[in-house]
Amino acid sequence: MLKKYASLRDAFHQARGAMGNPFDVTFDAILSPTTARLGDRTVLLLGTNNYLGLTFDSACIADATEALRQEGTGTTGSRIANGTYGVHAALERRVARFLGRRDAMVFTTGYQANLGILSALAGREDTLLLDADSHASIYDGARLAGAQVTRFRHNDPADLDRRLRHLRDRPGEKLIVVEGLYSMLGDTAPLREIAAVKREHGAYLLVDEAHSLGVYGDHGRGLGEVAGVESDIDFVVGTFSKSLGAIGGFCASDLPDFELLRLTARAYMFTASLPPSVAAGVSRAFDRIDQQPELRQRLKLNAERLYHGLRAAGFVLGPVPSPIVSVRLSDPALAMRYWNELLTAGLYVNLALPPATPENQSLLRMSVSAAHEPEQIDRAVEIIAAIGTSLGVRSAMPDVAAAE
Amino acid sequence: MQATEDAVQAIAEVVRSLKNPAIPQDLPIAADTTLAHDLKLDSLAVMDFVMALEQRFDTVISMDDLPDVQTVGDLARLLDAQPQPAASLS
Ligand SMILES: Cc1ncc(COP(=O)(O)O)c(C=O)c1O
Repeated sequence: MLKKYASLRDAFHQARGAMGNPFDVTFDAILSPTTARLGDRTVLLLGTNNYLGLTFDSACIADATEALRQEGTGTTGSRIANGTYGVHAALERRVARFLGRRDAMVFTTGYQANLGILSALAGREDTLLLDADSHASIYDGARLAGAQVTRFRHNDPADLDRRLRHLRDRPGEKLIVVEGLYSMLGDTAPLREIAAVKREHGAYLLVDEAHSLGVYGDHGRGLGEVAGVESDIDFVVGTFSKSLGAIGGFCASDLPDFELLRLTARAYMFTASLPPSVAAGVSRAFDRIDQQPELRQRLKLNAERLYHGLRAAGFVLGPVPSPIVSVRLSDPALAMRYWNELLTAGLYVNLALPPATPENQSLLRMSVSAAHEPEQIDRAVEIIAAIGTSLGVRSAMPDVAAAE
Repeated sequence: MQATEDAVQAIAEVVRSLKNPAIPQDLPIAADTTLAHDLKLDSLAVMDFVMALEQRFDTVISMDDLPDVQTVGDLARLLDAQPQPAASLS
């Protein structure tokens, strides 16, 4: 049955070889949003997407605990059967209010939000235009939709425009799908330009703010808020599994009859709903984002600290600081070795290997949190730089830059 | 339909311009060259490769057409069948 994965198995066994399996790290204890215990070592976490550090927020924990006691461990049913409680409805109103939208639907994960929304929105006669660097959930949703699908060059509004021109006479609706902050390289979408192309062609626009919600914008509404194009965005998709510190996904919109998607999005209908404790904790997490703009400020300062620290150490990074910083390595074996040595030195980052990465790069992906102390960031930079030197990586950097 | 030699040649040029280390550089590229076995392109690499071709040919190919594409000739026929003929190659 699994013969077709022979080459994957070989690569995997080779990767596992002498060193630990980077895709099977099992923390023995989570000590805080920024530290965990692994065996007898305490490791500094620099790759968690826990942008605001809300996983241990006492108010979120209190509300989640209360709901857990009052309503039990799970709903044991789907949203359209026995799985919608008051907390789910309240969470949907909370998401809608936060984003200033008429309606919101809550899904059990962000992955399912994209799967459900894209496949329900786009029919066979419609066309989906996806940014080439889109997340797997977007590709999978597009595939399920059965619509015509075309990819445009990453962050390239001119290529998007060119494609829409070609497709002008094709019947059906056109839906453009982009992300706010891209998870692998930490670059952001040129939303103003994309929105202009959308208007010109009368297309619809969906923005997945998975990594930017709570992170960007004066109110934390994401990149759409920063770019001032929220009125051009027809659908905002996002997740509760990053800045909100829990799990779950959503889609918010002002579209008339948006409710119909509750009866057509199969990833909404045919899976159990979020446990009430999660729904309650996430509602509170939105309050924290509203009440504590200083969390975003701290996150920004930490992102800048990591970025400038690595830059000063000789690493070639993207043009502007962002909470996601990736060191690009051309060789998966080197990336694996680097990653292992970082972990041995007490630093956890994400290892991202082809084909899950843009242009088949091997990445050490880091994400910072508002919960990091400046000293933790400085220590991380020291460790990354020291190992980079011992592996001869920093001197190899100009080659990496040339490939950009 | 026979794939035009023009389209095959243009595809060969785009393959070379990719500088993909996985692609055997001295391999002659013809209509019966397969994408997966000869050019060692996996499904993701094929998608990137097609994106480069779409730009070069100034056209749009639907991703649903790709599963049927096994060879350079299949791809050339697909390109030839687009409303914008290969003649618009600059
Ligand atoms: C852009 C994007 N969309 C969706 C998801 C899926 O979110 P979730 O973890 O809630 O399933 C992620 C995260 O992995 C993501 O990066």
